[in-house]
Amino acid sequence: MSDAPTAPRARRFRGQVFIDWNRCKGCGFCIEFCPPKILAFSEEFNSHGYHPPYLAKEEACTGCDLCGLYCPDFAIFGVRVPMEG
Amino acid sequence: MSALTTINPVEPFLRADRMPHIWCPGCGIGTTVNCFARALVESKLPIEKVAVVSGIGCTGRVAGYLHLDSFHTTHGRAIPFATGLKLANPDLNVVVYSGDGDLIAIGGNHFIHAARRNVDITVICVNNFTYGMTGGQVAPTTPVGATASTSPYGCFERPFNLPFLAESSGAVYVARWTTYHVRHVAHAMVEAFQKKGFSFIEILSPCPTLYQRRNKMGDGLDTMRYYKQHSVIRNGAHTREVDINLQGDIIVGKFVDIERPTLHETMEQQLREKLQDRYAGGGGA
Amino acid sequence: MILNNAIPQCVLTGAHFLDGDCACSEGAIAAGANFAAGYPITPSTEVVEHFASRIPTVGGVFLQMEDELASSIAILGATWGGAKAFTVTSGPGFSLMMEHIGYAAMTETPCVFVDVQRGGPSTGLPTLPGQADMMQARWGSHGDYEIIALCPNSPQECFDLTIDAFNLAEEFRIPVLVMMDECVGHMTEKVVIPPASDIKLFPRRYTSLPPSEYLPYRPGPDGIPEMARAGEGYRTEVTGLTHDEHGYPAMNWQAQKKLVSRLLGKIRNNLDRITRWEERGLEDAEVVVVAYGITSRVAERAMQMARAEGLQVGLLRPVVVWPFPEKRVRELAARVRSFVVVEINYGQIVHEVERCAGGQARAVFVGHGGGAVHEPEEILQAMREAAQ
Repeated sequence: MSDAPTAPRARRFRGQVFIDWNRCKGCGFCIEFCPPKILAFSEEFNSHGYHPPYLAKEEACTGCDLCGLYCPDFAIFGVRVPMEG
Repeated sequence: MSALTTINPVEPFLRADRMPHIWCPGCGIGTTVNCFARALVESKLPIEKVAVVSGIGCTGRVAGYLHLDSFHTTHGRAIPFATGLKLANPDLNVVVYSGDGDLIAIGGNHFIHAARRNVDITVICVNNFTYGMTGGQVAPTTPVGATASTSPYGCFERPFNLPFLAESSGAVYVARWTTYHVRHVAHAMVEAFQKKGFSFIEILSPCPTLYQRRNKMGDGLDTMRYYKQHSVIRNGAHTREVDINLQGDIIVGKFVDIERPTLHETMEQQLREKLQDRYAGGGGA
Repeated sequence: MILNNAIPQCVLTGAHFLDGDCACSEGAIAAGANFAAGYPITPSTEVVEHFASRIPTVGGVFLQMEDELASSIAILGATWGGAKAFTVTSGPGFSLMMEHIGYAAMTETPCVFVDVQRGGPSTGLPTLPGQADMMQARWGSHGDYEIIALCPNSPQECFDLTIDAFNLAEEFRIPVLVMMDECVGHMTEKVVIPPASDIKLFPRRYTSLPPSEYLPYRPGPDGIPEMARAGEGYRTEVTGLTHDEHGYPAMNWQAQKKLVSRLLGKIRNNLDRITRWEERGLEDAEVVVVAYGITSRVAERAMQMARAEGLQVGLLRPVVVWPFPEKRVRELAARVRSFVVVEINYGQIVHEVERCAGGQARAVFVGHGGGAVHEPEEILQAMREAAQ
C-alpha cells in the first residue's frame, strides 16, 4: 500500500452549468441532488413566476450534469470543461 | 469556453418548437426523458431507426415531444401498434413509452400477450399510481388505501405488482427504478434497447398535482426524497416479492434478465422448418 | 399517378372455385397486402385462415392478435412500418374496431377493414347472413369522418372489390371498408383471377422530399398529404389528436376546422370518382329496386319476374355503398314512381334512398331481421305495390 498523498489531487476539470431561465418550473430537483450542493434558488423569478436556480459556488462545480439528468423541464445542464494549462 | 458542446444533451432529441411541455412542476416524466436521451446516445442506436410509440395520458405525450419517428396512438393500444410496426420493419428499434393506466388497465391484455410472444420491443412504463391527464383517478397500480378522484374514500382494490405481471407473462428483461435513480434508469434503458425480446422497465414517478397532493405526500421533491430514503436496491429479487405499499419500502433493481427467442425468431424458424424453400419470408416493407 | 402492376408471385392467376372469404383473401394478396392481423369470428375467419396459409409462401406476415382492438391497430402500426395491411371481422368485432377506424381516418393511414356481416345485434346469428352493419359502417366511429365502403355480391366481386379497396385506400389515404355478408362470404362460385399485369395497383403516396422539407400533414393540391414511413429519417409525428401540418397537436377550433374539413373533403370533393353502382333496365323504369350484396342477386331475379309481368322495373345496385350514389338517386327520383329498397335489416340504406329521393318518389322497404336471404316473391310483391 503506497503512502496516501499529502496534497489534494490537482483538479483537471471544472464544471459549468447552463440554465434555460424561462423553462424552469422551480421543482428543486437540481438543487437537492447536486452532489456538492452548490445550486440555490435565485431571488429573481422567471416569466412563469418560478425561481430558477443559480450556481452559488461556481468554482466547486464539477460539471457532473446530474442537475441536467434530473431536470424534468430540460432547463439546466452541466458541462465538464478541462482546466487551462 | 472550450469547443465542447454547449447544448443540453437532451436537446437533439426534443422537438424544440413544442417546448415547453405540459407536465407539471415536479412531475418526473421529463426526468425519464433525460434518461432516455442519454441511453440513446450511449447505446449508439441509429437514431433514424428508433421509433417511439405512446398511448394516451401524461406519459403518452412523450412521443410527441421527441424528435424521432413517434406515434401517439389510442388509449391502451401502443403495444399492438408497436407489434405491427416491428413486424413490418424488424430493423426498427421500437420503444413503447406510456403510463401505468394506459399500459396496464386498458392496455393490460395487450401487455401480457406481447410479453408472452416476446415481441422485440422495450416498454417503458412511468408509474405514478394514477391517471394523471384526466385528473387523478384510481389506477390498477394505486396502493390500497390511497385516495383518488374515483376512489375518494381510499382505494380498496389490490394493485398489480408490475414486475411480477411482466415476468409471469414472459418478459425477458424486467427492472424497476424510480425517477430518483436517474443513472440506473438510463443504464436500464441501454440494456433494454440492446436486449432481444420484450423488455419492461417500470419507473416510479411523482404526480405532485394529483396523486401526491391527494395523499398528502408533499410535492415532487418530497417524493424524490421519499424514493431516495425508502428504495432498497435488490437486483435479482423475486418479482413476486416486490409489491408496493402506500408508505413502505420500494424494492428496485433489475429483476429479470433471461434469454428467449423473440416472436420474429420463433415465427421465422417455424415457418422455415415447415415450408423449407417455399417460405418467402416476412415480406418486409 | 402511374399505377403499378401487381406482382406475379402474389397473383393466383387462373379460374378457381372459391368462396367469398377466400376470394377476398386472394384479392388482398393480389393487391400486395403483406400484413394482416385478425381474430377468429364467424363468418369471417376463413379470410385470415386462408391468408395465414398463403402469405408465408408469397412474402408477408399474419399474426392472430388477442382481440379485435389489437388487430385493428396492429395493421396501422404495420402500415407505418411500410406494410400494406388489412384486418377482417364480423359484427361484434366490427364494433370493437370502431375506434381504430376513426384513428386511421384521423391519421390518414391507408388500410382495409373487411366486415363479413352476420345476424345481429350482439352475438346474434354468427353463421347466417345480415346486412345490418351498413349504417355503422358509415357512422360507427365517433366524430366527423368520411368512409368508403364497397359491397361485393359474389365471390368474384370479393376478389375484385378487395383490390379496389386497397387502391382507394392508397389513393385517398383513408381506411376503406369491404362490407361482405355471410352468404357471399360462404358461397362458392367461379372466380377468375387475371394475370398480374392486368391488375393495377395505386402506389403508396410516399414523399420524395428530403426530411428537412417534408411536413407529414401538408396537403398536396388534391387535399391529400404525402406519406412517410418509420425508419427513413423523417421522424414524423402521428397523433389522433387534432393536429397541424407538422402532425403536432393543435387544440383549437381553427385547427379542427382546417383539418376535419380537409379530411372530409378528400371524399366529398371526389364523389364522381368514388361512387360506383350497377344499373339494369333504368331507361324505362317506373320502379327502381335498390339492393346491394347478396340481396341484389335475389332482387335481380325478382326484377326479371316483374318484367315478365309487364312491370317496368329497373335495378340500381350500389357497388360502393358509402359514399352513397346520391346524385343518381336524385336524378331517378325525379322521373320514377318509386324505389323498392331491399336489405337484410330493418331499414338502413333505405333511409339514404328516402333522403335522396326528397319526397319526389316513394321508397317501399322490404327487409327482415337477418338469418336468411330474401325470396324473390316477396320482392316481386313489393314491386307490384310500388308500381301502383
